[in-house]
Amino acid sequence: MAFFYALPGAVAEGLIWGLMAIGVYISYKVLDIADLTVDGSICTGACVCAVLIGAGCPVIVAVLAALLAGILTGVITGLLHTAFGIPSILAGILTQLMLYSVNLTILGGKSLATIDPRMNKLLLNMSDNTSAIIVMAVTIAAVIICLWLFFYTEVGLTLKSTGDNPDMSRAQGVNVSRNKVVGLGISNGIVALAGALLAQYKGSANINDGRGAIVIGLAAIFIGLSVSLKIKPNFVVSLIGVVGGGIIYYIVYNFVILLGLKTDFLKMLSAIIVAIFLAVPYLKNEYFKNKKLIPPIVNEDGGEEDA
Amino acid sequence: MLEIINLQKTFNPGTVNAKTALRGLNLTLDDGDFVTVIGGNGAGKSTLLNAISGVWKPDYGRIELDGVDITGMPEHKRAKFLGRVFQDPMKGTAPDMEIAENLAIASKRGLKRRLRWGVKISDRRQYKELLSSLELGLEDRLSTKVGLLSGGQRQAITLLMATLNRPKLLLLDEHTAALDPKTAAKVLELTDKIVSENNLTTLMITHNMHDAIKYGNRLIMMHEGNVVVDIRGEEKQKLTIEQLLQLFESSSGSKFTSDKVILSK
Repeated sequence: MAFFYALPGAVAEGLIWGLMAIGVYISYKVLDIADLTVDGSICTGACVCAVLIGAGCPVIVAVLAALLAGILTGVITGLLHTAFGIPSILAGILTQLMLYSVNLTILGGKSLATIDPRMNKLLLNMSDNTSAIIVMAVTIAAVIICLWLFFYTEVGLTLKSTGDNPDMSRAQGVNVSRNKVVGLGISNGIVALAGALLAQYKGSANINDGRGAIVIGLAAIFIGLSVSLKIKPNFVVSLIGVVGGGIIYYIVYNFVILLGLKTDFLKMLSAIIVAIFLAVPYLKNEYFKNKKLIPPIVNEDGGEEDA
Repeated sequence: MLEIINLQKTFNPGTVNAKTALRGLNLTLDDGDFVTVIGGNGAGKSTLLNAISGVWKPDYGRIELDGVDITGMPEHKRAKFLGRVFQDPMKGTAPDMEIAENLAIASKRGLKRRLRWGVKISDRRQYKELLSSLELGLEDRLSTKVGLLSGGQRQAITLLMATLNRPKLLLLDEHTAALDPKTAAKVLELTDKIVSENNLTTLMITHNMHDAIKYGNRLIMMHEGNVVVDIRGEEKQKLTIEQLLQLFESSSGSKFTSDKVILSK
């Protein structure tokens, strides 16, 4: 019974992390970059939003400011990677570390900023899960429509090809470096937007908010795509699947808590989920493949090919 | 017109693995030249093509295309002038994207890409026509992901993409080497058709002497980073493989060695 009481909250929080996972999808699946900036940029989004609302800023302005801050963090990672030749995974780690200091500064040296939901008119809050779910559903629909429109434009197609085949992209005159910067900007903008909504939902922004966000995002992607790719392998269905993955993740998460797992072990659980999803295709291929002998290629004249 | 002046490139300079791939190479291509390039292992054929397409910068020398110095131009910028087909059929197309989307990206090579719909209905009609000219039955598979196609089909599409916007120079880097003989012959026929129909200036590396003689109006042989044989016109039409090997030996002073060249008659 307790599980069903926890369900609306799990769905609401799952939607927020599902939105974040859309951002991770852009970097990880579209650009083929494992971007660790997100652990920092989701927190930046939360901090910017919480502090601005605390300072009396209109909520919508605070959310847009968080979005812009997130885009900036992605652009920084992108430039570290493309303009300075730092491997993408390291560029993300460097930005993430920088952001820890930045986020502390935004919070004014404290580790927490609270937003009082009774004093401010927030977009969503955990005190009302039903409207939180509606707000998140509308936001996610808007984000998916924007991405769908953008990724099928002349420019958007080249962003896809940049991750899919950089050699082909360059040969077709695509500025691969610029596309990576743009893509990482979009990705982290969405992640920070999710951070801003998360801060409102929880009523606070914490310096440790983003820790392990990339892993949760990847878990949502793997869970979601394992279903959605079977339905229809296209961009929009994949994005919806990713959001669904976020919801499933949080329902399982709540279920596991109710089973009595110590919350200390939740990060371990997230990491294990992702490790399993990454390992299964590899193991399938490596150990469980039906190892048939490949017959020699025979030419039409009956001779064996030597090349 | 392509003009290459004193082009030099050494890989891993100053190390035990130092390899001089181009030694002051000079080459001029006139408009409409269809040049086949042949040479032994490590002769510098692919290095030459990579230098022209800007994969890296040469150590010394100059590359000019229609009077424009492109020696230091970034790869994606000079793509405006160049059509390229690679040896590896996986390299020329985006596997996770539809045939139509691949063609749409190619149709904007060298042009400004805008926030307009990438594949319009009128585009699909045009692509369908182009694909039917390949005679591979791809015209009804515009929405198929390219990754599901065979190597030959992918090379044919790459060829189409390379020439969709007429390039000033078409670079073919052993583009049939990874295909089975039958498919290779078909892709070569297609290449010849596209090149002659559009009167494209073309540089085609091949490992097949027979093809090198059969196609194009000019043949060059490379050896140790230089052009050692350059035959054109009528003289090339009458060339035989034996003559070609003799020419190579007399001009380079060594026997022709390659583990790939096929001495088919």
